Amino acid sequence: MKHTIEKVKSPIKPGEYFLMGDEASADGAIAAGCNFFAGYPITPASEIMVRMVHRLRETDGSFIQMEDEIGSICAMIGASWAGSKAMTATSGPGLSLMMEGLGYAAITEAPIVIVDVQRAGPATGQATRPGSGDVFQVKYGSHGDYEIIALSPWSVQEVFDLTLEAFNLAEAYRVPVFVLADESVGHLRERVIVPEEVERWNRPFASGAPPFDTDDPNGIPSMPAFGQGEHLLVTGSTHDGKGYRKTQDAATHEKLVKRLVGKIRNAADEISRCETYQTDDADILIVAYGFSARASLDAISEFRSKGVKVGLFRPVTLWPFPEKGLLETARGVKHIVVPEMNYGQVSREVERILHREITALPQVDGEGMRPGTIVDGIEQLIGRAK
Amino acid sequence: MSQSLYNHLRLNVFPTPYCPGCGHGILLGAVIRAMDDAGIDWEKTLFVSGIGCAAWIPSPHLMVDTLHTLHGRPIAYATGAKIANPDLNVIVVSGDGDLSAIGGNHLIHAARRDLGITVICANNRIYGMTGGQAAPTTPCGATTQTTPWGDEERPFDLCNLVRGAGGKFVARHTVFQIRNLIKTLSTALSTDGFSFVEALSPCPTHYGKLNKIPTLGDFQDLMKVQYIDKRRWDKLTPEDRKEKIPTGIWREE
Repeated sequence: MKHTIEKVKSPIKPGEYFLMGDEASADGAIAAGCNFFAGYPITPASEIMVRMVHRLRETDGSFIQMEDEIGSICAMIGASWAGSKAMTATSGPGLSLMMEGLGYAAITEAPIVIVDVQRAGPATGQATRPGSGDVFQVKYGSHGDYEIIALSPWSVQEVFDLTLEAFNLAEAYRVPVFVLADESVGHLRERVIVPEEVERWNRPFASGAPPFDTDDPNGIPSMPAFGQGEHLLVTGSTHDGKGYRKTQDAATHEKLVKRLVGKIRNAADEISRCETYQTDDADILIVAYGFSARASLDAISEFRSKGVKVGLFRPVTLWPFPEKGLLETARGVKHIVVPEMNYGQVSREVERILHREITALPQVDGEGMRPGTIVDGIEQLIGRAK
Repeated sequence: MSQSLYNHLRLNVFPTPYCPGCGHGILLGAVIRAMDDAGIDWEKTLFVSGIGCAAWIPSPHLMVDTLHTLHGRPIAYATGAKIANPDLNVIVVSGDGDLSAIGGNHLIHAARRDLGITVICANNRIYGMTGGQAAPTTPCGATTQTTPWGDEERPFDLCNLVRGAGGKFVARHTVFQIRNLIKTLSTALSTDGFSFVEALSPCPTHYGKLNKIPTLGDFQDLMKVQYIDKRRWDKLTPEDRKEKIPTGIWREE
């Protein structure tokens, strides 16, 4: 089924702001119509929760500080099924605790938004330092087959925009959506423009339609809420279209998994987004996202001033990955480098998509990506090529 | 079965999956009668459960909104649903392992918050669905698959736990004391604030088989000796209390 679209006046006063990334995420959520937040304090994401306390009071929404992150994601799913647009914000250790709940949200097709302000891991790691180590966890961290959507902001403005978009995508596809920010952008202060009007997407609903199956080829069923008299059966076990548990039936399980995965994979071109900078004549292509993409711009101007043609491919959606865009941009390029604030995650995805040798430039010192890391990496590559 | 019971059941899923002698079916009937006695609007009611035998009491048997959640987490889900829509009557039905082991943190925090929900714990003192392992409620000395030489740990007294955490209405009955159980459930459902009812439910298949209580009749006989009214229990000496299990009301505000 198809979601509905409404245009509303922004509940956040339109205009120009100077905001921290975390604050912009909260404001983007409110603009999207978020009316429920459950969270647990964690560096470097706590500022989102703190701002949501105030914003939800202003907009008559609900806020709860839960006893842990497991509680947060479960409360959020309960609220989503009660009809709310629900959100939480966390970082690595909290995200790890949420993994079972993520699978539950995926199998019950509950729209939820998780803002993950990534920090250096594993475990407690460096709580105040940035990282991009959760890219694979959001996609593969919960057991079984499922799909999610993950967005990667590189500026404070984009934290606002993508948090808003995360809610819209969650509602339209009935799927968990991540905003994969990191400490660098979460604690960065920049100019943010809040628009006069925002577009909100709302989950599809038709009274009496099965909540877990549809004839629509898009694979997205109607989503009722508790208290509407639909006598809902919501379960994390394998279920048929009406929600009845079918824990032994092979055909039901296969049909459900294929639809859960298919509704996102089949719409990958619709959902995925990328941007390119100076790629038309590029011999060397940097594939970078989030804060690493910003550092890439510096490296590009340094090389361009020396006559070396370097360009940037920036995935805005990490999941689904903008495969078509990458394939097109990488055509004819001599070298591909992938700088990231982890020991190689997106680099593997790029390798998989392009079926060719690429150069990963991991920076795992708990610092924001330095242009120098990228410059050094590319210079070595050029040196080797000579 | 009275017509009223039929109205609230999904008859297409019967018979229940419960083993012979299991008390959970009695609790299912008691919950329906208590809902009607308390005058709760079924259409504005959400039943939430976790994982385990007891979690299947509401889902899918009850013709009402149900949310069958992750192991240990029904109270966390219920918290979100209740806060998102305070008009919903939110009732959690789950087992002792689900609510007090893996989910123990959510139980005490919901009680502390005085969240306006009712939690009904079907306590069979063992993990039934996985074949009979020890629970935090398994009595000292009892035999289970994971305590073949007798459980050396002390069990939780769930009512004391929830009362300590701040529950407004806290009570315990066995499924054999059906009138008391229905009345207690009805009071819990009418409570403004966090209410908790522990329903002791026999598990002849797993608990009984390993502890020489193989039939429902044997459980009933044991109950007559073991369970006493809490007001009487309060007056007993610590020595006399050892073999007894009090039932009744721990707190009513």
